[in-house]
Amino acid sequence: MLVYIIRRLIMLIPILFLVSFIAFFVIELPPGDWMTTYVSQLRASGIELSEQEAQRLSELYGFDQPMYARYLKWVQGIVLRGDFGWSFQWGKPVSEVIAERLPVTLAISLMALIFSWLIAIPIGIYSATHQYSFVDYLATFIGFIGLATPGFLLALILAWAVYEFFGFSALGLHSREYLDAPWSVAKVLDMLKHMILPLVIIGMSSAGSIIRVLRANLLDELKKQYVITARCKGMSEIQLLFKYPVRLALNPVFSTIGWLLPAIFAGEVLISIVLSVPSIGPLLLRSTLAQDTYLTGSIVLILSALTIFGTLLSDIYLAWADPRIRYGGLSR
Amino acid sequence: MSTQISKPAEQRLGNDSPPANSTLVDELEDLSIGAIEERLEAVSERFYYASQWQLILWRFQRHRLAVLSLILLVILYLLAAFAEFFSPYLATSRFTGLQMAPPTRIHIFHEGKLHRPFIYAPQRSLDPETFRYIFVEDTSTPYPILFFTQGEEYKLWGLWSANLRLFGTGPDAPPIMLFGSDPLGRDIFSRTIYGARISLTIGLLGVAISFVIGVIIGGISGYFGGTIDEVIQRLIDVIISIPLIPFWMALSAALPRNWTTVQTFFAITLILAAVNWTGLARVVRGKLLALREEDYALAAQVAGASKPRIIFRHLLPGFTSHLIVSITLSIPVAILGETALSFLGLGIQAPAVSWGVLLQDAQDLMVVAQQPWRLIPAIFVIGAVLLFNFVGDGLRDAADPYST
Repeated sequence: MLVYIIRRLIMLIPILFLVSFIAFFVIELPPGDWMTTYVSQLRASGIELSEQEAQRLSELYGFDQPMYARYLKWVQGIVLRGDFGWSFQWGKPVSEVIAERLPVTLAISLMALIFSWLIAIPIGIYSATHQYSFVDYLATFIGFIGLATPGFLLALILAWAVYEFFGFSALGLHSREYLDAPWSVAKVLDMLKHMILPLVIIGMSSAGSIIRVLRANLLDELKKQYVITARCKGMSEIQLLFKYPVRLALNPVFSTIGWLLPAIFAGEVLISIVLSVPSIGPLLLRSTLAQDTYLTGSIVLILSALTIFGTLLSDIYLAWADPRIRYGGLSR
Repeated sequence: MSTQISKPAEQRLGNDSPPANSTLVDELEDLSIGAIEERLEAVSERFYYASQWQLILWRFQRHRLAVLSLILLVILYLLAAFAEFFSPYLATSRFTGLQMAPPTRIHIFHEGKLHRPFIYAPQRSLDPETFRYIFVEDTSTPYPILFFTQGEEYKLWGLWSANLRLFGTGPDAPPIMLFGSDPLGRDIFSRTIYGARISLTIGLLGVAISFVIGVIIGGISGYFGGTIDEVIQRLIDVIISIPLIPFWMALSAALPRNWTTVQTFFAITLILAAVNWTGLARVVRGKLLALREEDYALAAQVAGASKPRIIFRHLLPGFTSHLIVSITLSIPVAILGETALSFLGLGIQAPAVSWGVLLQDAQDLMVVAQQPWRLIPAIFVIGAVLLFNFVGDGLRDAADPYST
């Protein structure tokens, strides 16, 4: 078990390097960079800027160096000092800009994940044990709608509906009166109220796929002979269901966390933009548009790294829970 | 092989699972025992000789929802292909005085008498309290809806000039706007149909590209195995772990703003495909890993076939059906991706029309509250995605030889 974990941790290092590489070069693809835009903006606003001064600015921020040199410098900073570079747009270190918003993204994403399990697992089990019942069809239908409706659209419509019927503005993370107020119980409650809508929307879209996976697996599992044997021996249905088939059918649900997490992060980004939640989403949109290289690169890197860690955790859980994987992983 | 075929055959005839053609059951009820046996013989004979594709087709036909979805999808693509004919106006035509008009109502009663379908002219006025435009129908003259009428001049596929349109109201009558109009006075129905062109082809084209990449990379990975396989699998892991929307956002921000519509279109397609291929590559690899151990692969190798020939000639046909399922299920991902990107203003740029562009126009909460008809294009997005999913599900059930 320990060997397996260590092996996976070592494998993580090249993967993280690859991700940082992709993140950086994707950002660097656009012709021109932040500096050229900035210089032309300065000139457009009437500031006299000689070529030498522009050159000096460029050198100051390191734009005169080739791409790979900047990449190496960036990665070096991250690995050695935890320094993600400088955000030109905000005039602050990237880590500071992100630190303000990352907790919000993390909180919403994690809660959305848990929320989606909380609704998907009972529904999935129920649909499998009551195949072709009304609830089963309803769950399938809702799952399909969740799958097919763009999250941003759902966010838009629900935000309007909440405002129309409850008179509650779901935009942002705090109501106006709490914006500058110091932290208090009332402010936290207000914030939680604002988080419900993003949670439900993000959770719904992933819940659909979890229900489908769980239902299919549980149906397969329930057909197996050990279930019949247990039933013949007089085991109670509830005990029988939760003792083995549900546990087995849940494994694929946890093992696909690696695919679910990117979807949840992506959903969080998109929905935060629509609902103007002060999380990573709107930050990313603005920084991509402004070609704020290090900020965008760091966000993509951090989100991917979090996904990879999540996958790792789910793999470790699986190896711990399922001896077949544990021994298979060791013998490889 | 024979056991695989005979298993569903027995089940189909033996137990209560619905048979391929439901009339068979009715026929059987009326027949004597001997005749039934004869009839069964004929059916199973047909079953044994049927090709793999024939079997898939039979099973697919049993899936009512999937068949219906397929038909609707074909209609949707026809609408998109002949957008000029099916839409009453050009996507760019503006009607001054009719900005933000609600959907035109179609009437059949004029002054209490039955009349062929017609519309009334909308009259715009300003609400003195809210300063919003309100539209009232002027019920004095009915303007009949004309079918196969002459409308605005267009160039079909940019090649042939024509002006025949499926329906319209004629040159002097007020325009018919089934889905209302946008703030520039453009007909949303026409724009939705024109938008289908980009939105629906981007799915097909994007998936076609990811298919080629996926099959080649998955093929290499699955057939050669070993270190190559390990490297490719890790690469796929990395790409899958990058959250899609941020990745797409970063990529599409890289597109120069001054590109033409066609250039942006292909670039967006490539961006969508850049991530989409990984799923296909995994399917191909998994299947190849299983199939290359089969005896016939060994036989081909002994006979001196080259590796590419074994992969593409002998192994690939073995799981084409699975590939088709994966393709069908990844088209909607591309459609939703385009919509999301365009919605954020990073995808297709106006004046080009796609469903995402139409929804971008409507991203304000005020729009949802006051002009809900501007969200109608969303129904098309949801519909197209659902249809592809239903077809994909039907195909998956049909392509799985072990299903009943």
